[in-house]
Amino acid sequence: MSTLAFVLLYGVSYGLLLCIISVGLVVTMGLMRVVNLAHGAFAAIGGYLAMGLLTPLGVPFGLAIVLAVVAVAAFSVVIERLLYVHLYGASELDQVLLTVGINFIVVAGLTLAFGPNVLPTRLPASLATSVDLGFRSFETYRLLVLGVGVVVIGALWLVFERTALGARLRAAVDNRSMTQAIGIDVSRLFSIAFALGSGLAALGGALGAPLLPLEPLYPFKYLVLVLVIVALSGFGNIRATLLVAVFVGIVDTAGRYFLPDSGSFTLYVLLIVLIVWRPDGLLARRARR
Amino acid sequence: MSAITSPLLDRRRLRPRELVWWLLALGYFFVFPEYLAVATSVLVMALFALSLDLLLGFAGVLSLGHAVPFGIGAYACALINLAGWHEAISGALAGGAIAGLFALLIGPLILRLSGLPFIMVTLGIGAVLYEAANKAVWLTGGDNGLPGVTLDPLLGVFRWSVLGQTGYLYALGWLFALFCLTRRLVASPFGMALQGIRENPRRMQLVGAPVLRHLVVAYGLASTIAGIAGALSAQTNAFVGLEVLSLNTSIDGLVMLVLGGVGRLYGGLVGAPVYMFVQHFAREWNPYYWMFLIGALLIIVVRFSRRGLIGLLDDLLARARQRLRR
Amino acid sequence: MSDLALEAVGLRKSFGALKVTDDVTLRLRPGARTALIGPNGAGKTTLVGLLSGTIRPDSGRIDLIGHDITAETPARRVKRGLVRTFQVSSLFAKLTLLENVFLAVSENAGASRDLWRPAGRRRDLISRAEAILERLHLGDQRRHLVTEVSYGVQRLLEIAIALALDPKVLLLDEPAAGIPAAEVAVLLDAVDSLPRDIAVLMIEHDMHVVRRFATEVSVLVHGRVLMTGPPADVMASPDVRAVYLGSAGQSRFAGEARDA
Repeated sequence: MSTLAFVLLYGVSYGLLLCIISVGLVVTMGLMRVVNLAHGAFAAIGGYLAMGLLTPLGVPFGLAIVLAVVAVAAFSVVIERLLYVHLYGASELDQVLLTVGINFIVVAGLTLAFGPNVLPTRLPASLATSVDLGFRSFETYRLLVLGVGVVVIGALWLVFERTALGARLRAAVDNRSMTQAIGIDVSRLFSIAFALGSGLAALGGALGAPLLPLEPLYPFKYLVLVLVIVALSGFGNIRATLLVAVFVGIVDTAGRYFLPDSGSFTLYVLLIVLIVWRPDGLLARRARR
Repeated sequence: MSAITSPLLDRRRLRPRELVWWLLALGYFFVFPEYLAVATSVLVMALFALSLDLLLGFAGVLSLGHAVPFGIGAYACALINLAGWHEAISGALAGGAIAGLFALLIGPLILRLSGLPFIMVTLGIGAVLYEAANKAVWLTGGDNGLPGVTLDPLLGVFRWSVLGQTGYLYALGWLFALFCLTRRLVASPFGMALQGIRENPRRMQLVGAPVLRHLVVAYGLASTIAGIAGALSAQTNAFVGLEVLSLNTSIDGLVMLVLGGVGRLYGGLVGAPVYMFVQHFAREWNPYYWMFLIGALLIIVVRFSRRGLIGLLDDLLARARQRLRR
Repeated sequence: MSDLALEAVGLRKSFGALKVTDDVTLRLRPGARTALIGPNGAGKTTLVGLLSGTIRPDSGRIDLIGHDITAETPARRVKRGLVRTFQVSSLFAKLTLLENVFLAVSENAGASRDLWRPAGRRRDLISRAEAILERLHLGDQRRHLVTEVSYGVQRLLEIAIALALDPKVLLLDEPAAGIPAAEVAVLLDAVDSLPRDIAVLMIEHDMHVVRRFATEVSVLVHGRVLMTGPPADVMASPDVRAVYLGSAGQSRFAGEARDA
């Protein structure tokens, strides 16, 4: 029983982390209809900035993460205006090629700057502890991630469902031309959404560095997982992303725990089966033939 | 661009400038006898890129997991060889057949999808197979791979020298044969139907075309050719490693094809030597600058040169012809 | 009842709470020339989608020459002889007119199973494609790309492709839509010259076209068939005119009824 609770808690914290990274992609893909294979690159840059640059320089842990997120968000707008803007409406092949190209450049850059090995992340002493939950001890940091995850996703949900910006974003995802027709500056909306998405990715990368180790190949390593979560959530739905991400987190954790030999094998197979079965997303109603 | 010709229906037998590539490839054999091993890898990758061209350039199917049939072909061929069957040509055919069979099994399931779900499934299958091969050390040798592929003399006569002369001509022969077959295929009514599916799948459906069936056939054929390329890789390197199933290989093939020009048949054949040539020198300079260069190249290709090197060549030739007319 | 070319009974389709097709029954004899009219949003294109198979009905049955095709895929229906054209042309833009028709001829003949012989050598298919283009007076433009020809020619190409498929039942979705007035005549001649044994259902807004073409008119309103009958009766019906009151077709319609 305690094992189950442990796996659940572990899986949920992992899932929330994946959700933070993925939800930005859900918005940009649903909104801009761009196959952005470079989303993980922003997560990696965020992580490296926080853990590889700021923290060793002496910046406090939490502040480093915040600064990294802001920096990546700002930087992403520049990239969006320079490169991504040409992908709106472009062919899938173009989108794949360009974003893979960005990935390559980022991987090369990170390797040149930080070396090819995994970046060791040092947690501040206060967080590098374990908490006794009665049935098992649990890393404090994971609980922190859990907490931050809930807060961030909750705040995101509030923004989407309760603010004017959120309404505009949802409208644009739903029907872009109509939204434009009623006078909303869709291209500015795109930039905002892109910055939001990339910032979230950076948060996931930085916050999750102790859990998802940072290495230069990070953008490719988690590519499949993030894309699969996005696809199964049906593009453009935070609630669905959360459910799918947590599902993935729990299944992956359970898989590693109970079937250690097969590694992520079972997870990938399950996800492939799910995509083939429900290409429109797990929660989508089958409206068309 | 006004086209008063009917390019698809008027495909002539062989254009004179096509011979250039094959003559160059043959000439290389005589001019650079010390560098045949690396050139053989280029030929193998050119074949791989050709198979991807059939899938992407003609059927319009964007797969990021084309290393899967390549790797299956490679491992299958190596395993058959290590089990005792040392004949080269049949070994390569076996590798191709097994890759093709795999494609026919999963094709009907995944080719129903399109767009992002399809891309992801191809990525996912690639990841699954890579993981599986990694774990199944008893079968694949895991990280260490499968060394020791030995071949009987080709056609009973030509021994496999260390200098790689037999290997080079062997690979070139395969490339030529499969190229001719592919050329024939895309000019056939089936090949035209594929291009119709690429241009407007809904329309093809509504002229009564069994779209899924056509795509499965195309996927099966492309995978068979990729499988043969993988088998050739195993045979000419006498080794198979996990690399053959990696995302890296899938992307390499795609980049080579795009570099040369998608849907031109010669795209992969032009792109592979260029790509690997640049890679060779960039890697000597600094292995990470290589990734940087590829990334920048991809971005440039997307932004500026849509139709690849062959497209550029076409433009230059057209301009030259115009000047000659004046 | 099996002498009917097409019989659709009790077709229903809702999207959420919106009943787009509400218990529609339609019967076409071989050689029929039926026009389907109705205000915008009446569900005409949805009906064509249901008949051609791209939309699955919530309930109802569709028979084609006696065969129940309700569960069949669009491609299967085409093979059986149920062919549609598109309101917004759906063509192979980067190919020539000849190649467009060739693809249809090829599929119709089952030739796409041929992986070996060059398509250029299939004189049988090419001449059939050329003949169809000739019949629609498009022969001399056959080597032009679709993007290079006028919109009117593109609409004619839609019909050429449909003819290449040997249709028994032809669904024309607003064939004259978007064509400049000068080119409509050519299209109307083409529609006139359709083989007599084909059953044709045409969706149209233009009453000139309807009067010239149709022996029977069905009026679709809010997904229901309001009435079916000879054109004169339908156009004189006060119910039908009430439906068109307030829509853009009203003035044209009232004019037609006055002149009738």
